[in-house]
Amino acid sequence: MAAVNQKRWTFLLPILIVALLVGVFAKRLIDVKGGQDPSLVPTVLLDTPVPALDLPPLPSRGEGLRTADLKKDVSLVNIWGSWCVACLAEHPLLMNVAAENAVPLHGIAWRDDPSASLRWLARNGDPYDLIGQDPVSEAAIAFGVTGAPETFLVDGDGVIRYKHTGPISREAWDKTIAPLIEQLRQ
Amino acid sequence: MIKVSLLTLSLFVATLAQAVEPGEVLEDPALEARARVISQDLRCVVCQNETIDESNATLAQDMRRLVRQRINAGDTNEQVVAYMVDRYGDFVLLRPRVTPQTWLLWFGPILILVLGGVVVVRVMKRPASNVGEALSQEELDRLDSLLPEDNETS
Amino acid sequence: MTPEFGHFALALALPVALVQSCIPLIGAQRRDAALMAVAGPAAMAQMLLIGLAFATLTQAFITSDFSVVNVFQNSHTAKPLLYKISGVWGNHEGSLLLWVFILAVFGATVAAFGNNLPDRLKARALSVQGMIGVGFLAFILFTSNPFLRLDPVPVQGEGLNPLLQDPGLAFHPPMLYLGYVGFSMAFSFAVAALLEGRVDAAWARWVRPWTLAAWSFLTVGIGLGSWWAYYELGWGGWWFWDPVENASFIPWLTGTALLHSAIVVEKREALKSWTILLAIITFSLSLLGTFLVRSGILTSVHAFASDPTRGVFILALLAITVGGSLTLYAIRAPKLEQGGLFAPISREGGLLINNLFLATAAATVLLGTLYPLIAEAFELGKLSVGAPYFNTVFIPLMVPLAILMGIGPMLTWKRGDLRGILSRVKAALAAVALVFGVALLLSGFSVTDVAGAAGMGLAAWLAVATLTEWSGRVRLFKAPIDESWRRATSLRRASYGMTMAHIGMAVLIAGVSGSSAWKQENILTMVPGDSVTVAGFDITLNGADVIRGANYESLQGNFTATRGGNAVTLTPERRVYDQPVQQTTEAAIHTTFWADLYVVLGDGPDESGRYVVRAYFEPFVPFLWYGILMMGFGGLISLSDRKHRVGAPRTSDTVAAAAGA
Repeated sequence: MAAVNQKRWTFLLPILIVALLVGVFAKRLIDVKGGQDPSLVPTVLLDTPVPALDLPPLPSRGEGLRTADLKKDVSLVNIWGSWCVACLAEHPLLMNVAAENAVPLHGIAWRDDPSASLRWLARNGDPYDLIGQDPVSEAAIAFGVTGAPETFLVDGDGVIRYKHTGPISREAWDKTIAPLIEQLRQ
Repeated sequence: MIKVSLLTLSLFVATLAQAVEPGEVLEDPALEARARVISQDLRCVVCQNETIDESNATLAQDMRRLVRQRINAGDTNEQVVAYMVDRYGDFVLLRPRVTPQTWLLWFGPILILVLGGVVVVRVMKRPASNVGEALSQEELDRLDSLLPEDNETS
Repeated sequence: MTPEFGHFALALALPVALVQSCIPLIGAQRRDAALMAVAGPAAMAQMLLIGLAFATLTQAFITSDFSVVNVFQNSHTAKPLLYKISGVWGNHEGSLLLWVFILAVFGATVAAFGNNLPDRLKARALSVQGMIGVGFLAFILFTSNPFLRLDPVPVQGEGLNPLLQDPGLAFHPPMLYLGYVGFSMAFSFAVAALLEGRVDAAWARWVRPWTLAAWSFLTVGIGLGSWWAYYELGWGGWWFWDPVENASFIPWLTGTALLHSAIVVEKREALKSWTILLAIITFSLSLLGTFLVRSGILTSVHAFASDPTRGVFILALLAITVGGSLTLYAIRAPKLEQGGLFAPISREGGLLINNLFLATAAATVLLGTLYPLIAEAFELGKLSVGAPYFNTVFIPLMVPLAILMGIGPMLTWKRGDLRGILSRVKAALAAVALVFGVALLLSGFSVTDVAGAAGMGLAAWLAVATLTEWSGRVRLFKAPIDESWRRATSLRRASYGMTMAHIGMAVLIAGVSGSSAWKQENILTMVPGDSVTVAGFDITLNGADVIRGANYESLQGNFTATRGGNAVTLTPERRVYDQPVQQTTEAAIHTTFWADLYVVLGDGPDESGRYVVRAYFEPFVPFLWYGILMMGFGGLISLSDRKHRVGAPRTSDTVAAAAGA
């Protein structure tokens, strides 16, 4: 809708807007190519205290999971379920962590049938110290979880320090999580 | 063209529910209506741009249940929404809040309309000059004889 | 025909497209008729070659040739024939092939029927069309070859997503592409005109039929997608403001603006550079839609499996096409400006304001769709923009547009008579009052009731004002009836097309308002024998049986719905498909003229034999489909007008001479 004698730059406006958008798209594509998943949501709970928890245990497995359990030492909280395919992929690493006794590892059995959880653990090994059941996503929502597995690193005061979305790779463990644990312990 | 994202499939394969289930519905119709209103502004966080009200995902179902729980516990609509935002961030809101980060989003349309309106007014005020390159009447007549003219206007 | 044959034909189409994009352009520059004449045969050859490739792939799907990776991944022997065929475009590679095929068909149509076009404009337009072809053919051949083979050959395919095995969705993509790609013609003509350095009334007349055709297809294509979502997703929603829906809706909005601004170019020699810009933008937005769906850049339920490499390729294509054409625009458009006086109260004034609102609406939807991306790029945080935002900002833009639509066609060119118009809209104002009042009395006085009634009033305004305008043309009741009849039969088809499309819009507004305001739902558990009442229908669950379909097993519920002594049987289904194993819901819909009764069978039976049942009363939803069909049909009526018929016999080059080229 250009008027007569209109400044020439107004005719450049469309291409400037397009250039801006192409830049935005290109940045996104580079991010995606670099391994970033656009659907990942960063947690807003970093550096906030863990939510209030009082989760019942799996049958025959001692205590459930309470907030107080997360205020004793640096610990990991892993959200998992026997229905979750990606959790199976992550499992050997968690078994390894447990075997090395690297850090207390707690599980939240998310939206899972307790007997199914137990069968899964019997088959694949049980790396967890404490497990709490979360049948209606109470804890999952309190943790702002968007899928399984997700893993939270909690410091000795019960403050969330790190969140990992998706299965933890060896690389992520060695380069990010393990050093963080060391750092938090000091 | 529908293809559920691979990530969603691999991370979250659970049984299929279907939007609001009969068991979820609150007995008090007024409270239930509030729950529906809130649910329609909250995003199902495992889905792509779906509200928790319409989503089939089990997490959405649990979020709906939680919304109703909070309402029953006496929360206002704002408190329920704030509860979700505290955990999921602004990402969970399908109607972003008006903050400096969203000024462009909220005021952009008005800005475009006003700027466009200014241009429209200028175009309307512009004198009928500068038609030097336009067709002469003779050319127009000839064109009309070739291309049938729409005399009725359309 | 072996798949390699198709691949070969496709590979051959690329150099042909290259020839089509270069030779005629050079010819037009040098005014060399022989070089320009290459465009026609090249466009024809391109269509034939791509057509062969498409036919080969279709044949591979029909015969379930699983040695082709694409067929293996998207088909299955047990699939009904229709869905074997629609499986061709139910995936990334095949749908791209359809895309370039339609592009080539449009090019060939111009070559075959564009004899009335000035030679140089035609050569340049076909050359631009060829360039688009080059880009997309290269994209297919280098990143998305649909003819890749598989060894060893699997005995069975992986099947097509059951959600896609549906009549509505089988035809949704081709319609959408006919719309998207149809706008490429307007784009090519716009770029050709920029190269020529002149835009005139004749140009607008050549561009309009293509825009009209594309617009009609896009309208129906979007409608099909909406209809599908309505009956397939199981809760009766029909528009979600999903990024991919928006990607098809934004070019529709700018395309609608283009349709109207081209009229101003034709009649008043004004708005030229704006119209050229709209033509470029509309096709660019169609490309943007293609990009968004395939790059994985936005998350949407509709997205194809994403691949960043392909994303980079399309982004480069997008940047070259849009960037190149807009650069040309920035250089040439300032010289185009001219035009007559614009009185605020005039037809052209009305069309200008129509463009203002449509362009703002398009920009708004684009802004909302891309805002999460923009926010992330500038580190403003991760946020979501969904239906509540779009409804809040979009509706206020549409209401004034619909009000203006009522009076716009009554305005005369150059100088309209507002007082005369005020006297002509009395009937429309009376209709608003009547409909608004009756709607309130029938529904109630809550906020939603008032909003719904206001929407109905708006629809009444537009419908009655449009009819008033038509009756003014035929001098209904003002002249003897035989004169009115004579006038009615001699009115241009373009005029009838406009009337039809505008009334279609009114019907659509009624559908949107009524279904949003007065939907009723009842979600409950039932055992066979139970009854529930929804909006006057007594619905009884008789039972449910497992039945076997072609490639699925289904739990089919049997309901009887009675109202006023009339009984109908409703059989909603819950299907589990064999391959891939996936569950779908098939709602049972009983349509009366005004409303749908919509019943869905949910989970069950549980231990006590209870089923979850959702029963919805969807008032005015059928109006959505009536309205969309009327709009699409209106476009086609207008297209059939003599002045739009592309091949109308005409002393060819004289037009160009007359236009002073």
